[in-house]
Amino acid sequence: MKNIYLRVKLWAALPALSLLLLVSGCGELTVLDPKGPVGESQKDLIIFSIILMLIIVAVVFIAFTYMIVKYRDRPGRDEKDYDPDHHGNTTLEIVWTVIPLIIVTALSIPTVITIYELEEAPEASSDKEPLVVYATTADWKWFFSYPEENIETVNYLHIPTDRAIEFRLSSADSMASLWIPALGGQKYNMAGMENTLYLQADEEGTYEGRNSNYNGSGFAEHTFEVHAENEEDFESWVEKVKNTAPELTQEEYDSLLAPGLEEELEFSSTHLDYVDHGTNEGRDYLIERHKDAFEEPLHLKGGRGAGDE
Amino acid sequence: MEFIDFLLEDFFVTGQPLIYGAMVSIVLVSIAIVFVLSYFKKWGWLWREWLTTVDHKKIGIMYIIAALAMLFRGGVDALLMRTQLTLPGMEFLDSQHYNEIFTTHGTIMIIFMAMPFLIGLMNYIVPLQIGARDVAFPFLNALSFWSFAFGAMIFNLSFVIGGSPDAGWTSYTPMAGATLNPGPAQNYYLIGLQVSGIGTLATGINFIVTILKMRAPGMKMMRLPIFTWSTFITSIIIVFAFPILTVALALMTIDRIFGSHFFTLTGEGMPMMWANLFWLWGHPEVYIVILPAFGIFSEIISTFARKQLFGYKAMVYSMVVIAGLSFVVWVHHFFTMGAGGAVNSFFSITTMLIAVPTGVKIFNWLGTMYKGRIRFDTPMLWSLAFIPCFVIGGVTGVMLAMAAADYQYHNTYFLVAHFHYVLIAGTVFGCFAGLTYWYPKMFGHKMNEKLGKISFWFFVIGFNVCFFPMYFLGFAGMPRRTYTIEPEWMALNVTASIGAILMAIGFAVFVYNIYYSFRYSQRETHGDTWDGRALEWATTTPVPFYNFATVPKIEGPEAYWRMKENGRTTYEKEKVEPIHMPSDSGVPFVMMAFMFIASFGLIWEWIGIAIAGLIGVLACMVIRSFDYDDGFYVSVEEIKQTEKKAREGEQ
Amino acid sequence: MSAHTDISTGPLEYRTQEGRMNILGFWIFLGAEVVLFSTLFATYAVLFGRTADAPVPADLFEMPMVLIMTFLLLTSSFTCGIAIHHMRRGSLKGLFVWLGITLALGLGFLGFEIYEFVHYAHEGASLPSSAFWSAFFVLTGTHGLHVLLGISWAVLILIQLRQRGLTPVTSRKVFIVGLYWHFLDVIWIFIFTSVYLIGMVV
Repeated sequence: MKNIYLRVKLWAALPALSLLLLVSGCGELTVLDPKGPVGESQKDLIIFSIILMLIIVAVVFIAFTYMIVKYRDRPGRDEKDYDPDHHGNTTLEIVWTVIPLIIVTALSIPTVITIYELEEAPEASSDKEPLVVYATTADWKWFFSYPEENIETVNYLHIPTDRAIEFRLSSADSMASLWIPALGGQKYNMAGMENTLYLQADEEGTYEGRNSNYNGSGFAEHTFEVHAENEEDFESWVEKVKNTAPELTQEEYDSLLAPGLEEELEFSSTHLDYVDHGTNEGRDYLIERHKDAFEEPLHLKGGRGAGDE
Repeated sequence: MEFIDFLLEDFFVTGQPLIYGAMVSIVLVSIAIVFVLSYFKKWGWLWREWLTTVDHKKIGIMYIIAALAMLFRGGVDALLMRTQLTLPGMEFLDSQHYNEIFTTHGTIMIIFMAMPFLIGLMNYIVPLQIGARDVAFPFLNALSFWSFAFGAMIFNLSFVIGGSPDAGWTSYTPMAGATLNPGPAQNYYLIGLQVSGIGTLATGINFIVTILKMRAPGMKMMRLPIFTWSTFITSIIIVFAFPILTVALALMTIDRIFGSHFFTLTGEGMPMMWANLFWLWGHPEVYIVILPAFGIFSEIISTFARKQLFGYKAMVYSMVVIAGLSFVVWVHHFFTMGAGGAVNSFFSITTMLIAVPTGVKIFNWLGTMYKGRIRFDTPMLWSLAFIPCFVIGGVTGVMLAMAAADYQYHNTYFLVAHFHYVLIAGTVFGCFAGLTYWYPKMFGHKMNEKLGKISFWFFVIGFNVCFFPMYFLGFAGMPRRTYTIEPEWMALNVTASIGAILMAIGFAVFVYNIYYSFRYSQRETHGDTWDGRALEWATTTPVPFYNFATVPKIEGPEAYWRMKENGRTTYEKEKVEPIHMPSDSGVPFVMMAFMFIASFGLIWEWIGIAIAGLIGVLACMVIRSFDYDDGFYVSVEEIKQTEKKAREGEQ
Repeated sequence: MSAHTDISTGPLEYRTQEGRMNILGFWIFLGAEVVLFSTLFATYAVLFGRTADAPVPADLFEMPMVLIMTFLLLTSSFTCGIAIHHMRRGSLKGLFVWLGITLALGLGFLGFEIYEFVHYAHEGASLPSSAFWSAFFVLTGTHGLHVLLGISWAVLILIQLRQRGLTPVTSRKVFIVGLYWHFLDVIWIFIFTSVYLIGMVV
């Protein structure tokens, strides 16, 4: 019967273990430490659900432990305790159907509210117009076009703080997903259609952004850096790019589209002058030009630390 | 010369030391098998007893052996992945190689491990549980098995010939399409799944008819053992879900080989339609591999708590509800597609609703143990471990169902942790539980208890150590399917890798236990190893090929429990009549061998070979159509002799 | 497998347990076929109008030919019913004649379909032309392939009827191929309305 006690200890140890992990790794749990209102509302929802779920887990674990300890076969057990013909209890079964229904309802309401909330720009900055950024991907790089500022960057992004960013997501080839965990959840970039994703940074800093949706041999390096800075710094960065960066010619853009990795680049015009991959006309722009460029996959090794391939 | 170049550059996979090793070992193992079979003159035996059999019990065993082999292959893939992900900067696998490995890992574990393992158990057990002498269509059953076996072979061939598919088991287009993913690799995925999918569909039809039409007299639907119920509902899901996969795979195959535009970026195709079709099948598929496991746990918990199943009717209805809901939740696999608030809200709620019938089942299992007298044999340990682990997987599933929060979980290790918690704790524990539980019925001896427990503890502890940290990796922003990790994710990844090693040890002990038990376990002397409750325990061990000498009349649920109370057996001497049995046939094997050839041609786009293979398949069908073999009768004399011998130990 | 559940009244094909199970199994198979065709119809609906640079369906679809095809297939379903009726009456000859007519009508349908496909291909609409045409050819082609399979299958059964006459097994086979034939007819009605009629209007 040693097994049972071992088992009990094991399951008692699990929550403790998880707590330990939580404490030790808290600073790194990006999703639970968001830097903007979108991530914040998602975090609230997550924490609320974790609490409810922990209650359920606790109830089941306690009942489970009780059953296997109390009703285990052991010498000298009270015979009255054993009832082989016991086969159901309608009241109880109704109870444990209704309670989960109530829990599901309790989870559904805030979920639906948050779903609709995330379809709009965050209210926290409703006094300002959102900054529009076209985020386009091509295997395995990111193009960020600022149509109002008429500049474009590759593989990095500057955004002002305390102002909503309205990402217009699309892709030139495979499906990707723009995700900046510190700022909030992701959405897909797909060729031939456009998705809108609102995010906002409240704190200045540099955040990791990436494609989270597997799209082939360069996937792990399909990342970008997000520099969130105050309005003034952002404006002066825009000015600097406008004045110093070259224009993006169609020829150069076409060659950038070829599959592969790319370093950080900036231009004083956008590719939207030539093509918008989010429209039906732009969906096969890349395929028309690089049909045979996908024959050889990349063989990346050792991640970013190991020197670029 | 060109041909040699082709062989070295495109046909055989070259340049990977790991794959050279695999090639050498495949060749060595093949030579060893051929040698052993020839040396012991076992070719005829292999053909007569196994390759041509239509006996549901032998087919079940072949399914399980193949599934264990695939579990090994998928497990090796997993260990390779864990090795690469243990430390940042690892150069063990490059990105392309890693991508191939996670693709084959996922595909093999779902299609070629989980499903065949469960279908193997169903094959062996369901006819016994309902008092039948075989399934409704024994020939079709053999065909199903060989289509799975050859499908698995096609898929596994890819890693030495032509290259493994690398688009993930979900194979989203356009990435998996001909332009972004040229070459035969993705074709292996499409054709391998197609061939085995045909067999699965046939299995579904077979079991529905078996359960509807072949029950022993008096066994009403509401008297069926719960595992048979789970098989019945699973079969219905198969019949409605698998044709969707068939179409989806066919359309992508036509896209890739014949240039159509279903999922392409050119010609106004719709890449996202693949995701919809895939998950329209894929989500029901998840329940295809979990419901039979639920059935197994129900049988085992009831047997080892020595009590009737608590809330039998609720158990049945909850499975029906789960099956229904499984077809209306598929969009939760891509909440982030941008379908809008209304769509996401709808699918959030339907998904969360699945927690209700599942919760009912969990509480009913606890209720079954209430006032029981619980023994802790290995099958019961697996079933008990399932409950808490699956609850963790289940509640995190509810969290994932909340679309707004899912934008943060999607494509991360939180998701990876969730589905391993439900699929390993549910399906894999279920397979191990079911195999150890029914092992004495299948092979005439128990698996060793001590080794069984060692393997259990290694596997279960390893499982939690491996996958629990992954929830936190998800919160830390680690995406799934990345071949390399960032330094800040290291601690949790090291932990996970240690867990993976523990699981591997657990599995190794499990396999060793099969050998050890074969050598040393005491042979069973009668059919009722665990003091069982359903009809499979009423037969002798080993089970005679006709299963039941006389089919008992069933008077209530838990048929065998009642028979024991009333002192009845499945051998009532005065009632023995000649038994009609189906004849063996080599056609299923040959037909699927031709299918294999056709598939190989299609994969390499050598249309001539494909057509030649297909003609072979059609010829087999014609032969079958003209085959009026009506089976044979087992004489009363032979039955009496067999039963006498089998029941010697019982007196 | 058990012979004791055989009965000696009712239609021949239902008399053995095996016959009843085969027929039930086939009904379930038809259920799976319904799902298969539903998926193809859904695909067609999703890709409707996505013709890219290829011709639009309204320019190519021709009512008279489609009507003839529909007439051929509907009639064949009717004659197939008569064939089953003759089988029930025990008339092998009637069964032969009417099943033969059914197959001839089916062949006629196939001939028109092949002509139609070739014609479209000449007009610049083939499988690789665009997403819409891919969906069109795969949907109607899958149906056509089923018809071809049904004809070949029925021919095999006719040969077996000649060899063995009407037995529980052969009559079961005829009955099942009849079910299959009616099913293909039903599918065609959906193709006729949702592909051709809508395609001509839009």
